[in-house]
Amino acid sequence: MSSNLTESTLTLPDAIPKRVKRVGRPRWAIIGEQALELLIRISGISAIVFVLAIFFFVFKEALPVLYSHNFSIKEFLFSTQWYPTSVSNVRYGTFALLVGSVTVTLLSMAIAVPFGLGAAIYISEFCGPRQKETLKIIIELLAAIPSVVWGFIGLTVISKLITTITGTAVGVNLLNGSIILALMSVPIIVSIGEDALKAVPDSFREAGMAMGTTRWQLILRVLLPAAKNGLLAAVLLGVGRAVGETMAVLMATGHSVKIPHGVFDSVRTLTANIAAELGEAAAGSPHYRVLFLTGILLFVITFIVNLTADFVIRGIKRK
Amino acid sequence: MDTNVTTDSLEYGVLTKDLNLWYGKFQALKSVSMSVKKGQITSLIGPSGCGKTTLLRCFNRINERFSYVRTAGEIVILGKNIYDSDVSLIELRKNVGMVFQRPNPLPISVYENVVFGLKVHTPRKQLKKSVLDETVEKSLNEVGLWDDLKDRLKTKATSLQLEQQQKLCIARLLPLKPDIILMDEPCSALDVEGTHAIEELMFTLRNKYTIIIVTHNMSQARRASDECVFMLLGELIEHSRTEELFINPKNPKTAEYIEGRYG
Ligand SMILES: Nc1ncnc2c1ncn2[C@@H]1O[C@H](COP(=O)(O)OP(=O)(O)OP(=O)(O)O)[C@@H](O)[C@H]1O
Ligand SMILES: [Mg+2]
Repeated sequence: MSSNLTESTLTLPDAIPKRVKRVGRPRWAIIGEQALELLIRISGISAIVFVLAIFFFVFKEALPVLYSHNFSIKEFLFSTQWYPTSVSNVRYGTFALLVGSVTVTLLSMAIAVPFGLGAAIYISEFCGPRQKETLKIIIELLAAIPSVVWGFIGLTVISKLITTITGTAVGVNLLNGSIILALMSVPIIVSIGEDALKAVPDSFREAGMAMGTTRWQLILRVLLPAAKNGLLAAVLLGVGRAVGETMAVLMATGHSVKIPHGVFDSVRTLTANIAAELGEAAAGSPHYRVLFLTGILLFVITFIVNLTADFVIRGIKRK
Repeated sequence: MDTNVTTDSLEYGVLTKDLNLWYGKFQALKSVSMSVKKGQITSLIGPSGCGKTTLLRCFNRINERFSYVRTAGEIVILGKNIYDSDVSLIELRKNVGMVFQRPNPLPISVYENVVFGLKVHTPRKQLKKSVLDETVEKSLNEVGLWDDLKDRLKTKATSLQLEQQQKLCIARLLPLKPDIILMDEPCSALDVEGTHAIEELMFTLRNKYTIIIVTHNMSQARRASDECVFMLLGELIEHSRTEELFINPKNPKTAEYIEGRYG
């Protein structure tokens, strides 16, 4: 295609004789561009390939256990009995783990959402530019702390705090894990929430102010409704972080498989369970396969959370 | 320029005395003294950047949301200097409503937009559904939107046509029974028909409210205002009856402007 174009330029008038004007581009540039395009396409497709490969692998490892004689899917989902290494009577009930994951997530969100959104509102609406920069840097630092370090803090600092303040015997428990998870998700909630508030047009603020709102009314009646999609996204990303977190909860929640009856009970989450036991389970054993199945369960949960989030946000948008 | 500032100030909707305003180091208003008559439409005209918006935004003190704004002088509204330390910004803004250049209804329903002011200013217990409903009908009727929107009160206000949005922005001021309505180029985002409709609306609101309108559009000032204020570079140059100012301007600068010699 390029050669045709270059050819046609040869019939230019004599005014510019010596230099042949090129309309087409040199071959190497075209090849280079095509190569680049290919590269980009490959990286795009590779994402799909990787996801499929992971699915394939996880399912391949997990599915055979469904046909094993001492496994029942009903027990897996609804039993609280998790005795994967019992010699006489193995039981693979993950219900307690599921409850552990859910309670830790909910409690952590109960702590993190008010703090996170409060901080986002403070940063976006109340503080001066200097303070804003400082706070944002600090929050980024908070987000940069590795989860092992958080687990470590839970195990030592928070655990000690909980036992001295409340007098309970064991400091690593549901409350501890939730506090740690809350601290880990607050930075996400703050930064996404702040973005959402920043995106609210100034004209809305002026409209509210000119109607005589107090600062507080402006936030409640103008900013929150205007930014609700973004704020919801912030919260859901926080939930995502909390559900998927492994290392910190493994260290901070006490790791006992039971349905908690209070915030001072120890729990174990689905993620922590996989992380703790996969190394010990013999490859290909039913225990090993059940752990993979737990992974699938986890995937289903996060998928449902994301999908609901999507629907909620879209529902709001349609309104 | 204004000699009878001391006459009964209640005859005037807005009085400014020696008003100065600085954005940081830049002085945007220079010793502005003017008196706006109650129940009339007063237009502010002048070339771009002369401080019309700035002056208007002083009257409800919304300029002060920027920390670098500094003002000196007096603005008397309803017999009270609004810069006095005991003035409540909330009460002031309840009495002085503002319509912005870009229609800015809030991203909530039409209904909620109209009752927004009431909800903000009355304790929740005193708000009856019937009162709110009545208010919505009355306010929308007053701006001529009721027939168009009575079946769409639940739609999001930001999805209306611009003209409807701007009318709604006027309607939402009315339940608070303001004395003064400030309008900053309320028609600049509208087409000819929308402009016409808003002007009609201004006429119906005159007498009941003191209206101050900023406009770039000379013929609009001429058509729609009783009095006219010409500003230049932050100063008030001339203030007189509209016919007078356009037919027989006293200041040569005014004459030059209305003949179209500035931008
Ligand atoms: N927020 C602000 N910060 C700093 N300077 C400002 C600000 N707003 C306005 N100014 C300056 O003050 C002067 C007056 O501005 P103003 O917006 O009042 O003019 P205007 O007469 O309304 O102009 P226009 O007809 O273009 O709307 C201008 O020089 C402008 O640059
Ligand atoms: Mg302006």
